[in-house]
Amino acid sequence: MSIDISQFLNVFYEESFEGLAVMEQGLLGLDPDAVDGEAINAIFRAAHSIKGGAGTFGLNEVSEFTHTMETLLDEIRDGARGVTTSSINVLLRATDCIQHLLKASQEGSDVDQATIETVSSELEQLLSSEDETDSDKVSVDPHGDSLDQTLQIDSESMRVWSISFKPAPYLFTTGNDPVRLFSELADMGDVDIVTHTSRLPDFNDLDPEQCYLDWSLTLRASVEKSAIEEVFEWVEGDCELSIELSQDTALEKTMVTDETASEPESAPAENGPSPIKDTQTRAPQQKTTQAKAQKKANVAENSSIRVGIDKVDHLINLVGELVITQSMLGQLGEVFEINALEQLKDGLAQFERNTRELQESVMRIRMIPISFAFNRFPRLVHDVSAKLGKKVDLQVSGEETEVDKTVIEKIIDPLVHLVRNAVDHGIEAPNARLASGKPEAGTVTLSAAHRGGNIVIEITDDGAGLKREKILGKAFEKQIITEDDGERMTDDDVYNLIFHPGFSTADTISDVSGRGVGMDVVRSNIRELGGTVEINSTEGQGSTILVRLPLTLAILDGQTVAIGEETYIVPLASIIESIQIKPSQINMVAGKGETFKLRDSFIPIVRLHDIFDIKNSIQELSEGLLVIVEDSNGPKGIFVDRLLGQQQVVIKSLDANYKKIPGFSGATILGDGSVALIIDIPEMLRLATQSGPAITYPLTA
Amino acid sequence: MANILAVDDSASLRQMVAFTLKSQGHNVTEAADGQQGLNAAKSTKFDLVVTDVNMPIMDGISMIRELRKLPNYRGTPLLMLTTESGVDKKQEGKAAGATGWIVKPFNPDKLLGVVKRVLG
Repeated sequence: MSIDISQFLNVFYEESFEGLAVMEQGLLGLDPDAVDGEAINAIFRAAHSIKGGAGTFGLNEVSEFTHTMETLLDEIRDGARGVTTSSINVLLRATDCIQHLLKASQEGSDVDQATIETVSSELEQLLSSEDETDSDKVSVDPHGDSLDQTLQIDSESMRVWSISFKPAPYLFTTGNDPVRLFSELADMGDVDIVTHTSRLPDFNDLDPEQCYLDWSLTLRASVEKSAIEEVFEWVEGDCELSIELSQDTALEKTMVTDETASEPESAPAENGPSPIKDTQTRAPQQKTTQAKAQKKANVAENSSIRVGIDKVDHLINLVGELVITQSMLGQLGEVFEINALEQLKDGLAQFERNTRELQESVMRIRMIPISFAFNRFPRLVHDVSAKLGKKVDLQVSGEETEVDKTVIEKIIDPLVHLVRNAVDHGIEAPNARLASGKPEAGTVTLSAAHRGGNIVIEITDDGAGLKREKILGKAFEKQIITEDDGERMTDDDVYNLIFHPGFSTADTISDVSGRGVGMDVVRSNIRELGGTVEINSTEGQGSTILVRLPLTLAILDGQTVAIGEETYIVPLASIIESIQIKPSQINMVAGKGETFKLRDSFIPIVRLHDIFDIKNSIQELSEGLLVIVEDSNGPKGIFVDRLLGQQQVVIKSLDANYKKIPGFSGATILGDGSVALIIDIPEMLRLATQSGPAITYPLTA
Repeated sequence: MANILAVDDSASLRQMVAFTLKSQGHNVTEAADGQQGLNAAKSTKFDLVVTDVNMPIMDGISMIRELRKLPNYRGTPLLMLTTESGVDKKQEGKAAGATGWIVKPFNPDKLLGVVKRVLG
């Protein structure tokens, strides 16, 4: 009988990471002066579960490491040990190590042994410091000592054991049954059983739930005494038991009775699995290791999501309704008469409603609360502010806001950067804050909310705010803008300069942030997700950064446009406006091609029909439409024949179904069944300016 | 084939226990904490209960104590999953009415061996 336990590994990893998050949160919330018992309990339980699971799934490194931590937590839980800021920090580092070990095992990557050993010895130190409770630390590796016993058994010859077993009358109420015990002995070798009925009362006095019998057994088997004792391990204290060797050179005799039962140390199997069972333990664990190695390759694609049961139930409900509607329509279709037209219309309307609801529910499966991303920030702020010698309170709100899992995963890094910046550049040092009449501790607020079809994340700090002059000075120095530009720019425009590549205002470059590769990457990452980032700031009062993201990457609001006979989709989010232009507005600019004058600025025109090499499209600019879009280099006008309509489109990956085509983010299927490509605006504009117009695409598909 | 209740707050361990027992043809009901386990046990009669000790809301030992009070569970095997360091817990569990224990870490074979000891 063998069961491959590696199939449960993924669940184990997932719940362990959740457990680690619980531990981290709990540790960060711990107040050394007033320890919250329930919080310690929760941390302990999480560590305990990780250790238990890790041991079971053969991740011995994890279980060993967690063991020390668990012992420490156990002492804190029992009140035998106090909590200090330094011990909290060691425990926090220990959770990092566990995470690292788990990641390493999940992805098959290398383990940073040095760090693990450092933290491990820190834990040991903490454990052996002051309130030392138990000197007899329990062996973590149950295999170590039992291996010797296994070898011993192999060298044993056949032995004959005499066993006398006299259970207490209440034995059955413990759920134990002598017959089962005997059959287990019978598995070891030959057993002769003699039943003694001397305690059996008269039938009238007999209580059928009591055990009145006792037994003498003779076992012929090549087993150690400890193996037999293990069979009776559970009834120890509920019986009189003697196990004697009747034919062996080394004659020994032990009585296990009620008196000795009060000393649990006397049971040999207490501290580890029995020798026989242990030899079986090894094989599947090796298998796990092999499976792990195989898994290494496909670990990236193998991401899973945990879905609340209510969402699944809702889906099932909807599918049920869909089936009902379908059968109703089916019935109508069998014998259709013209007077049933009204019914058909109703049915189709219901069908549409069902489909829409189903779509919404299916999308909701991919949605997870943004707390998934927010949870790491208390720790981050704790670490960064400690490093910088600042005092910062982090306030988080709207963490239950649900967002597509992919969006959340991709927004984490930019958010980390923004929050880190808020603490590093935004919040002032405690002295400076007191000097300017602010409370010593700064506040960073992180919030999320649904607004329209978007999610809006706000990062606010009550720090120094952005300084216009400082940013301008830097921008002149880096030659990002000229002094003339600077004069004319509004505050908002100036603040947005910090998103320019190669811009950093920190006076000294710390290891916390500010290598000048930050904000522009943040902005381009957010743009990639189809989102925007804005900054508002008041000098002396703080800054707010507003990140706006689409709820999902799987569906987008698209504008269908026609060029010749082709249909393309332009993401609605990237369109500023669509206009018809007069010939008088068009200018030819040397080296830049066609531009047109919109209000006060000249906007370059990108002719999509040239880029896509579409012959029978409108050539005259005044006859078609210009769709104004914006990328990091300002607005551009995309020339199309006409706008068709707005609709939600389901994005189908081109990579997966065909191959990657530059300038397109995917494709979708239109209502009439035809395929339309979805234009990736920033990419398309980059291509257009790079290669100039009239470079044709190999669009033969 | 037996009706078995598996109680553990760790989904991976619970699934492993359930999967292992199901592979032997048993019917397995899962519960994520002692309270859920107790509720399940009240509505269905199980032939065996396997429970973790450390759980939120209601721990395994309290659940065993409550189960033993129910007329249906006076003689039912109640097994607890415990760690090697839990010597005190074993005694505490026994006092609460546990039939026996399975020491973590364990593998499916060991689990089946122990289950065999109480179900035959």
